[in-house]
Amino acid sequence: MSVLATNYLTPTGREEAWRFTPLNRLAGLHDGTSTTVERKSLALKGDLQPGVRASRISRELVPSVSESSDAIVARVHSEVEDVFVLDIADDTHLADAVHLFRSAGGSDGAELSQVRINVGANSTASVVVENSGSAILGEDIEIVLAPGAHLTFITLQEWANDSIHTARHHAILDRDSTFKSVTITVGGSLVRLLPTVEFTGPGSFADLSGVYFATAGQHLEHRIHIDHGVPKAKSRVNYKGALSGEGAHTVWIGDVFIRAAAEGTDTYELNRNLLLSDGARADSVPNLEIETGEIVGAGHASTTGRFDDEQLFYLMSRGIPVDEARRLVVRGFFAEIISHIEDEEIQERLMVRIDSELEKVGQ
Amino acid sequence: MSTLEIRGLEVSVITDKGAIEILKGVDLTIRSGETHAIMGPNGSGKSTLAYSIAGHPKYTVTGGSVILDGADVLAMKVDERAKAGLFLAMQYPVEVPGVSVSNFLRTAATALRGEAPKLRTWVGEVKAAMNALNMDPGFSERNVNEGFSGGEKKRHEIMQLELLRPKIAILDETDSGLDVDALRIVSEGVNRAKAANDLGVLLITHYTRILRYIKPDFVHVFANGHIVEEGGPELADKLEEKGYAEYVGS
Repeated sequence: MSVLATNYLTPTGREEAWRFTPLNRLAGLHDGTSTTVERKSLALKGDLQPGVRASRISRELVPSVSESSDAIVARVHSEVEDVFVLDIADDTHLADAVHLFRSAGGSDGAELSQVRINVGANSTASVVVENSGSAILGEDIEIVLAPGAHLTFITLQEWANDSIHTARHHAILDRDSTFKSVTITVGGSLVRLLPTVEFTGPGSFADLSGVYFATAGQHLEHRIHIDHGVPKAKSRVNYKGALSGEGAHTVWIGDVFIRAAAEGTDTYELNRNLLLSDGARADSVPNLEIETGEIVGAGHASTTGRFDDEQLFYLMSRGIPVDEARRLVVRGFFAEIISHIEDEEIQERLMVRIDSELEKVGQ
Repeated sequence: MSTLEIRGLEVSVITDKGAIEILKGVDLTIRSGETHAIMGPNGSGKSTLAYSIAGHPKYTVTGGSVILDGADVLAMKVDERAKAGLFLAMQYPVEVPGVSVSNFLRTAATALRGEAPKLRTWVGEVKAAMNALNMDPGFSERNVNEGFSGGEKKRHEIMQLELLRPKIAILDETDSGLDVDALRIVSEGVNRAKAANDLGVLLITHYTRILRYIKPDFVHVFANGHIVEEGGPELADKLEEKGYAEYVGS
């Protein structure tokens, strides 16, 4: 399928999907004015395990399998030369995670990148995408789970603080499959991620979690969209964010759509934000549209608050100094989600990064 | 030998309707090895006394002094009060999500002792303290106070009392919400801490039943923001019989 790169998708900032995003900081990714550079920064780290294949395939041979009204996604689909394809064969159970790295970036021009991950029937796999360094990146990752497939999908946005990154992570879940994602965004000048899920078979389960920490001047946006179009699918969303510093801005949108056919749907989404200083702003908008009443459950919750004085008092009353107490509380706040990453090295690295973000508070 | 001297302590809380005076001049001296019971009706200001000594930000001290071994407690930050040797076992211990009991205890012990306790001896110390309080070994991997039953919260407070070894401990209604067995176990923990460290105890309670397990040297009746009567253990017997009626109302 080819998408016409016409201008009708070009955002003006008045659209619901773009109203929180500072378009002037997108380096022209959204309106085609950016200079693109031929850079294929995504690389596989380590040896291929049996049952795994990674290749670059011409775009014409790997057409997109989903629709998107996002201007940058459409641009990616129409402009990339080839697609990075990761195939995991049927009935494969990977002992180790597959690591994809994006580090050879650069902010001299924009990179457009399309990625496809195919997880075969009844397979179990983990894929980790690690982003770091400076980059201007427009990205679309499509993830296709065959019946009975189980994928843990971890993306780390540990960008340098001048990076611009927009991406869609679109998962398509067939019957009895499980998609568990952990999205970590701690770096970048502007990061706008669209974790989206589409169910095509019953009995499937999407479990989306994420952590973000914005400091002065950072805009970190996560727009979740879950489309329940088939019966008896389940979804859970749990994102936690912290903000500190002048102009730190986070946006969390949680759109869940339960179509008439989606009887027996079970969904719950949660977003919690911790404001660590003045001058920061957290937007949090859960949204549920329901076309059938024949469901197991549907709910959402959103909270934004400051440090809990009672928690700090309790810790300090045991001799723990205030900085250490704040560190414990923030680490604890994020631990619920970071502990889902079954890689102790990454866990510890993220906690250290969170500590260093926290040290900027009040400076 | 430590001495905590509370002199003419006056404390207010700031509300939407302005400052409300809760403590109206409290005088009390607690020495190492002594156990003082403060008894009084609900709303008399007993918990305010406990939290004010520990430095809770909700309370504003408007007069008086609190001195521990010559040092001005009211000038200290909350963590400095703990380092000076004060401990508050809370009536409603606070949940700290994502922070395990073992991490919390070790962080606190490190802060109070000035260096991280040696891992091997520390693990043994924690195990012994948990055993003594009949606590499940898996307890240390749970998050601080999260999902704890009332009894577990109180055992956790007393476990800290034993591990952190303060000079003076304030126990704020540690007996509330405990069944008979838990009350005995928790009381034995307090008595062990007294014996081990010559601890001075300020025991705040509404009921006399905990005094069967932790014997007070002095009993103070607290009403309307100050101490209205003082005596020995026999005063508790009188309260058991007659209640607080004669101290409240005008």
